[in-house]
Order: sequence, then C-alpha cells, then structure tokens
Amino acid sequence: MSTTTPLEPDTFAISANLAQPRLPRWAVVLVGVISLGLAGLVTLLTGWSLVGGLVLAILLMVAGLPTWSLLVEGRRAAADRFATALVWAAFAVVLVPLVWLIWMVVDHGLSAIDREFLTYDMRNVVGSGGGIYHALWGTILVTLAATVISVPIGLFTAIYLVEYGRGKRLARATTFLVDVMTGIPSIVAGLFALSLFVLIFGPAIRIGFGGAVALSLLMIPTVVRSAEEMLRLVPNDLREASYALGIPKWRTIVKVVLPTALGGIITGVVLAISRVIGETAPLLVVAGATDSVNFNLFDGRMMTLPVYIFSQYSSPGVVPVGMEGDPPGYARAWGAALVLIVIVMVLNLVARIIGTYFAPKTDRRR
Amino acid sequence: MAKSIDVSDLNIYYGDFLAVEGVNMTIRAKAVTAFIGPSGCGKSTFLRTLNRMHEVIPGARVEGKVMVSGQSLYDPAIDPVAVRRQIGMVFQRPNPFPTMSIYDNVIAGSKLNAKKMKRSEADAIVEKSLRGANLWNEVKDRLDKPGMSLSGGQQQRLCIARAIAVEPEVLLMDEPCSALDPISTSAIEDLIHELKSEYTIVIVTHNMQQAARVSDETGFFNLKAAGQPGHLVEFNPTTKMFTNPDEPSTEAYISGRFG
Repeated sequence: MSTTTPLEPDTFAISANLAQPRLPRWAVVLVGVISLGLAGLVTLLTGWSLVGGLVLAILLMVAGLPTWSLLVEGRRAAADRFATALVWAAFAVVLVPLVWLIWMVVDHGLSAIDREFLTYDMRNVVGSGGGIYHALWGTILVTLAATVISVPIGLFTAIYLVEYGRGKRLARATTFLVDVMTGIPSIVAGLFALSLFVLIFGPAIRIGFGGAVALSLLMIPTVVRSAEEMLRLVPNDLREASYALGIPKWRTIVKVVLPTALGGIITGVVLAISRVIGETAPLLVVAGATDSVNFNLFDGRMMTLPVYIFSQYSSPGVVPVGMEGDPPGYARAWGAALVLIVIVMVLNLVARIIGTYFAPKTDRRR
Repeated sequence: MAKSIDVSDLNIYYGDFLAVEGVNMTIRAKAVTAFIGPSGCGKSTFLRTLNRMHEVIPGARVEGKVMVSGQSLYDPAIDPVAVRRQIGMVFQRPNPFPTMSIYDNVIAGSKLNAKKMKRSEADAIVEKSLRGANLWNEVKDRLDKPGMSLSGGQQQRLCIARAIAVEPEVLLMDEPCSALDPISTSAIEDLIHELKSEYTIVIVTHNMQQAARVSDETGFFNLKAAGQPGHLVEFNPTTKMFTNPDEPSTEAYISGRFG
C-alpha cells in the first residue's frame, strides 16, 4: 500500500478482512446436548456409574467444541473455545462438592430439627430426644468472646502496621509473626490455651473462656491481614486532605481512615468468625464437652456445636429396644451440622450486606 | 488577618536526596503568588513545606527558615497541626471524604476536631463557605448527598469550600485546575480573584496563561540539569515576569523555547 492511496478503498479492504466465519449461537448448546447424549449412551451400554458418565460428557464437550471451532473459525477462536470450556468445566467440578455437601446435610439434618431439638439440652437424655440448646449457646458465647478478644488486638495491630510502622523493623517482624500465626494448627492453639489455663488455675481445668482464647489465636491473624489490606486501600489523598485541615493524625485515623475502610473491615471480621466457628479440636481440648447448659464462660465445661457433632457421632447411643435404624445420635449430629452451616451462611450474608451498606457511596445518581 | 511568608535559604530533602535548593522569597499577604516551572522541579514540594505537609512523607525534611508573621514554622516548639489550621491546602486531585455528605465535607475541619458548635452556627459556616467557593447554588438542595456524587469540578470547589471553612490565613493550591475542564477552571479562577481580598493565596500551576491571569507575583522554578536539585530562578511581579523577565531562561520557558 502506498501512502498516497485514498482512505476509503483502504478502509473497505480492511473491513472485508474483518469478517470471519463464526459458529452459530446455539453451537454450544448443541455440542452440550450431543456430549450428554453420547455419554448417556456409553453409560447405558457399558454400565458405568452416573459420575463416570458425567465426566465423559464433560470431556466430550471440552474436546468437541474446540474441534468444531477449529474447522470453522480457525486456530485462535478454537483456543478461545477450549479455554472457555476448560474454565467452565473447572467451575462445575468445584461446585459439585459444595452442592453435594449442602444437599447431604439438608437431607439428613432437616428431619432432626424441631422445636425440642433447638430448645432442649442433652441432660439425662438416653436414647432419642434431647437437643442442641446448650451447644448453641456455648458456640455463641465462646465465639463472641473470641471476637471481643481478637478484634481490638487485630485492628490495632493493623493500624500500627499501616499508619505508624511503615518500613520499620518492628512492623516487618510483626508481619512475619502474623504470617507464622496463620499457619498454626488449631489443635496447637488449643493445647497452648489449655497449658496457659492449667498454669494459672491448676490441672484439669476446663472453661469456655479457654476455648475463646484458643479461637482468638486463630482469628487474630485473619483479622490483622484483612484489616491491613482494607486500611492500605484507603487513598493517601484522604489522609493528606485531613492533615491539611489541621486534624491530628490519631483523629485522621479514627474519623477518616477507619470509616472509609469500615465496610471491608467488618466483612473481614465476620469472615474470620465464620472461619473459627466450626473449629472442633481446640474447643474439645480446653472447653471440654458437657450435656448441660452453661452460660458462664469462666466456670466449668462448655459445649459447642462442633464438639456436639463430634460427640454425638462418636457415641451415638443405642437404638431403643424393638426399633430399627440408626442410633439416635446420628440424626442429632446431622441436625447440629445443618444448624452450624446455616449460622455460617447467615454470617456470610450479613458480612456482604454490611460490606455494601458501609462502602463509601460514590454513585452519582443517589 | 492574612499573613505574609518569608522564606530564606530553604533546602528541601527526601531522605538524602536534595529536591529543592536555596529558595529565598517573600510571599505577600492578600495577594496571589503563582509558581511555574517544568514537572519535577520542586514547585509542589516547596508548596508543601509552607504548611509542613512535606514531613508527612517518611524521611522528608527541611533546612532553612520559613517565617510566617514573625514565627519560624520549623521551630521545634511549633505544632505542625496548628500550622495546618492556619495555612490550608487544596490538592491537585479533588479529594472529598467519601464517607461524608456534602454538608459534612464542608464542616469536616471543625467536625473531625470534635469542635462543639450549634446547628445554626454550622449551617452558617456551610453556607458561607459554599457561597465563597461558588458552589452554593448548585448544591443547596442536596447538602445531604455524598460528596463523591458531585462532578470533578464541583468536587474541587467542595474541597476549596472545605479548606476555607476553617478560616485559614493562607491558602495553598497545588495545581487545583489540572484535572478540570475549562469551565470549571474559569469558575475556580474567578474564585481565586474573590478570595484574594481575604486570603494570601499561593498556587502551583502548569498553565502559564493561568499564572498570568490570576497571580500578582510569579516564581519560576527550574532544574539546573537532570538529577540536580530544583531551584528558584526568578521571582518577580507577574506583569514584569511575562513581559520583561530578568533571566533569559525564564523568557525561554514562558515563550515556549524551553529545553
């Protein structure tokens, strides 16, 4: 092409080249249906299991669609189809255990949950009956105490790291130790709390507060990490704007930086809570297990939902004479598991709502 | 109540790096002083030393003297927070507080300092500041809306309103119009003209026409060479600067024959 060529014929030449043969929109659906059909046929003929058939269908889809695309659309489009199919397949594979788990728990647990299950404890219960009232309260109190301990410590650590400790040796050491803390096995946290309270109160001590201390050891690093990220996201412009108005640093942090990051911090805290609410081992070690309601964190054993599930499953009781089926403990364990999952899901939902509610409002139309 | 600023032999450092060297100048009260010069020559850095915002950056420090009405700004006895209450600042990018409404943004200076004031008093300050920043008529019906809901030019005027609400004596502006369209720029230039009667204004700008339009005095900063610290080349009344500058390099820069 010479530089003197007029513009218009040139553009026409380009736009002619831009058009490429494309697969029709329904191609994806068609290939999907054909893959499923073929896999179904193979499954019926060879007597494979349902899972084997599904895997075969996915493989057929991942192979078939790019091949067709290669024939019609060319190499680049085929690679795109292949990557897209792989990503979707991976997504589906990840989703399978989640859906399966929730289905199992709902299926087994829903029938166990009734009024008695939620309002009775296990005191003097032999055989069927009884409930999770004591474990529910134990979980709520222990988790609440753990939150009360770890949120201030975690938040203040994050504030130090972001606002005061930039580049200082203490800050780098703190970050390193927090990272190490993230990797502590939960049972070790439980044993640490146990030995701490044994040193203070003497041997054979079991108190709910010990469980809270163990859980807060697991919670603090998560809170520090998420709060640190959120505080770092606050633009420096805002801090400078505040300083330029003659506002001292601590007020800037309290009234400008924290409110701006509040949504994210709360979301991080709630996610940290839902992370530790299902911990079993440390609670089993320090808080112990009991059949009775105990509202006092500082005196005596305290039951929690994960420990309840564990103990109901490990010692499910006996089937009443003349009855068929599983021991009564199994149903209670499934019911408690469902309640625990519902609590975690509600917490996650609350975190999302809070996150959007407190997020800085930037929408022009409001 | 506006104040004049005397700067003598000011060296500005970032850690060991000397950013601006040997600045001497007197900024007149109730006048507009503009700083021009190429990027990276230290105009903004110098501006930030005038209300001790420079030291917010870790490792940043200053040698020399900055005198505001007889007091040395860098005296150990001086509280930087008190300095910033007297010498306000408007930044290059509009930065209203995203968690606050328009109303709260304007009185942020008092509110964040937990200063007790009556509702009527606060209302009066908000109205006065917004009128002062030429924004009142545009936002008076939606003061409770978030500050971020305004357009860029309105946000910048909101930031100016926020800065003048604490009634400083000096107003520093770091390229306040560089992110704005010509209409908002002209609104802010009009505003600078009005504010001149009450405040000492120092403005950094890349726009030489703007410096010529708004300022009474102009300082030209330049680098001796790449990697060398910036320095003040010439400081003169704007009319002289733009018609008959003392230094040939100033004329070269202003007339576009730079570099």
